[in-house]
Amino acid sequence: MALVLEGITKRFPGVLANDDVSLSVAPGEVVALLGENGAGKSTLMNILYGLYSADEGTITIDGEEMTLGSSADAIAAGIGMVHQHFMLVPVFTVTENVVLGQEPTGFGGMIDRDIARETVMNISERYNLRVDPDALIENIPVGVQQRVEIIKVMNREAEFVIFDEPTAVLTPQEVEEFFGILEGLQADGKGIVFITHKLGEAIRVADRIVVMRGGKVVGEALPAETTQQDLANMMVGRSVDLTVPKESASPGDVVLEVRDLVVLDSRNVKAVDGVSFDVRAGEIVGIAGVQGNGQTELIEGITGLRPVMSGSVRMGETDITDAHPRDLHQLGVSHIPEDRQGSGLVLDFSVLENMILDSYYDRPFSRGVFMDWASTRETAQDLVKQYDVRTPGIDVPVSTLSGGNQQKVIVAREFAREVELVIAAQPTRGIDVGSIEYIHTQIVAKRDAGAAVLVVSSELDEVMALADRIIVLYHGRVAGEFAPDAEVTDIGLAMLGSAP
Amino acid sequence: MTDTRLPEKEPTPPQRSPMMDRVTGVGTSVARSLVLPTLAMLTALIIGAIIIAFSDIEILRLLFDDPGAAAGQMVSEVSRAYRALFRGSLGSVNSLSESLFAATPLLLAGLSVALGFRAGLFNIGAQGQMLMGGLAATYVGVYVSLPGIIHIPLTLLAGFAGGMIWGGLAGLLKARTGAHEVITTIMGNFIAVFFMQWVLTTGIQDPGRNNPVSAELVTSARLPRLFGVDYRVTIGLLLAIAFVFAVHWLLYQSSIGFEFRAVGSNPKAGSYAGMNVAIVVTLAMALAGGLAGMAGANQVMGLEPYKATPALAGAVGFDAITVALLGRSNPVGVLWAALLFGALAAGGREMQGAAQVPIDLVVVLQALIVIFVAAPGMIRAIYRVKGREEKPTQMTTGWGS
Repeated sequence: MALVLEGITKRFPGVLANDDVSLSVAPGEVVALLGENGAGKSTLMNILYGLYSADEGTITIDGEEMTLGSSADAIAAGIGMVHQHFMLVPVFTVTENVVLGQEPTGFGGMIDRDIARETVMNISERYNLRVDPDALIENIPVGVQQRVEIIKVMNREAEFVIFDEPTAVLTPQEVEEFFGILEGLQADGKGIVFITHKLGEAIRVADRIVVMRGGKVVGEALPAETTQQDLANMMVGRSVDLTVPKESASPGDVVLEVRDLVVLDSRNVKAVDGVSFDVRAGEIVGIAGVQGNGQTELIEGITGLRPVMSGSVRMGETDITDAHPRDLHQLGVSHIPEDRQGSGLVLDFSVLENMILDSYYDRPFSRGVFMDWASTRETAQDLVKQYDVRTPGIDVPVSTLSGGNQQKVIVAREFAREVELVIAAQPTRGIDVGSIEYIHTQIVAKRDAGAAVLVVSSELDEVMALADRIIVLYHGRVAGEFAPDAEVTDIGLAMLGSAP
Repeated sequence: MTDTRLPEKEPTPPQRSPMMDRVTGVGTSVARSLVLPTLAMLTALIIGAIIIAFSDIEILRLLFDDPGAAAGQMVSEVSRAYRALFRGSLGSVNSLSESLFAATPLLLAGLSVALGFRAGLFNIGAQGQMLMGGLAATYVGVYVSLPGIIHIPLTLLAGFAGGMIWGGLAGLLKARTGAHEVITTIMGNFIAVFFMQWVLTTGIQDPGRNNPVSAELVTSARLPRLFGVDYRVTIGLLLAIAFVFAVHWLLYQSSIGFEFRAVGSNPKAGSYAGMNVAIVVTLAMALAGGLAGMAGANQVMGLEPYKATPALAGAVGFDAITVALLGRSNPVGVLWAALLFGALAAGGREMQGAAQVPIDLVVVLQALIVIFVAAPGMIRAIYRVKGREEKPTQMTTGWGS
């Protein structure tokens, strides 16, 4: 007996989002739904969760056809969903969040907190979730918040649980714990749909992998019989290169020289605590580390966006400690910020306007205060073509583009000029395989053209694939330096603070 | 491996081209963009009619005895009021002149608030900036004597400068200390009023008066009337319209406007891209203040008795916020909104005089129009207009941003 979706078709104006998609999940089975952004995974799951209605097709549970007109229907039918962005009230406690909407009431309609608390404790113990029922959501880490979402779903007696990109927000350790929880749910006979675009995770946890592309199911695979390469090819529809093809580096002069850098975070704690390193022309230095070990502050310190407490940053002969971003731009520094939408783009602006966001002030884009839109348009058109930005035009708001294409807008803007130093933070976070491959190629091309490149990524795979030299940050200090062919376990240990 | 293309991205609804709107100033589908405001106005008039019909206690009494007669009276009451509203706003050359006359300061102050919105700033201080601008203009208009061709621009410039200093101060406070402009500009309004009350009892006071009223502006500093002495509308209107184009140019054709809009929409991205957010904020508030200051100058240079009082701004500085919202902070939109509000103000006076419907109804109508324009979803639902979902108008980012 199982949850079966059959022949689901969903049309949006001008787009076939789901085209005759069929999918089934049995109790105790983990099905990984793999696909790039825009492949139709989210649409399918939103149909299953009652948020959209399908134009064609049926949903049956244990042979009985379901009409899911709303998420309430879906919950009643035993379907639960853990969204990528949690639906929690930050100032409420864990217990309050779990029972929100179906509070157990006692005398006079008062919430019976004891019963509520007990419910949370029971579920927490049953699946080994280790959550303090009285903690405020805003005080607990993201990984624990996710477990609260799981308790919520279980409290509503879900038999089938959809996880939408559950590992995207987790640290590597949290990912491990999450996989443990998944096993527990599985052992308890829950059917699980695990949406992801991370190939390794799909192979590791799934019983069955379903690949979607362009709104269709394009293939199914068993983890034991497939490889990441096969899955990637299936997802993208052509053969993709998971390794980054590059010659060995031939480093030249030191371009970026960071000495004893100390930078405070927004709580005035030393986030970067005496970091020193060099980046030479023609090499890629990768900074690895679990997120939150000072990477953000390091980059902001180097790029003049956060005041430096002590230490120095030099670029060749020039002291650029606390230099203004505009000065760095003129010195030939490219910066791909880690928060694409928060600090890399103005989402309300068109593709065109974002293309010139940091170079609008000078020729050929403006003369004095006069913008030269004609020449700007020309440049933007060229860049869109040259950097393969998939957009209906340069005048559409950049917010309507997919994540990968938004990132390509930034890369185009930052790379389309003479560049001596590239600083790329999380350059491929959350984007599709095709765009990742493209952006990696561009970064290597900049290196080969003689630029010094500093790449920061919380994906160790990415750092290892790109870098010619790897520096591991732990608690704001350099915890080790490695060659790209070093053992993953050694780097992993350094990331956890235990020096090899 | 026959398929070599990447999957297309998520469905995106067909978009109008915002860039073209910005560059040309006119939407590619003007007619369509007028549908919702027109329906909003219609709805407001219908609700206004209901309010008029039910606000006469005599008719309400009659409603129980003779519903038919009461209905008839309601209809005649409403039609009398709305005919007066139309007559007073568009019905004659003089009405037209009165509408344009009332629209002039609204347009300048509306542009001030709209410019602020575009730079992510909520300028509630147009009122105070008008006072300061009016005061500065009064000094130049009373004490200086020059040929009109020089004196008028100089007086206007003084108005601009007065407002600019007052607005720029709020901008500087925000840039330097993070003080929120909503608070500083409101406080600025209070300070401006009391400052006026004090200054106008000093040297510049009208001789022979003991309340705060300034002396008369010399003739060479007064704005000439546009259509002869019988009609009150002045060349201030042309100036205000010129500023519609100037602000439009500034926002969409200059690199300064590019910075205003970028910082207004995402200050963090602006600073990452090398813009100096502090300078942008200060400059935007200063220019916004300058525009409001010109509106204030218009109030002493353009209408009898050509004197400054602490009440010279009336409620224009606050109505300007509504005008800017109604015009969606687009300079051309602000022009239409100011004309509409000017017409309602002129018509409202006629309505009060001829039909004994209180002028407050005009305020209700204005409020209703703005509510319906601000909530396009409601109008779409009422009239079943199809179209893409619009984002609710969010003009500024949150508190403390």
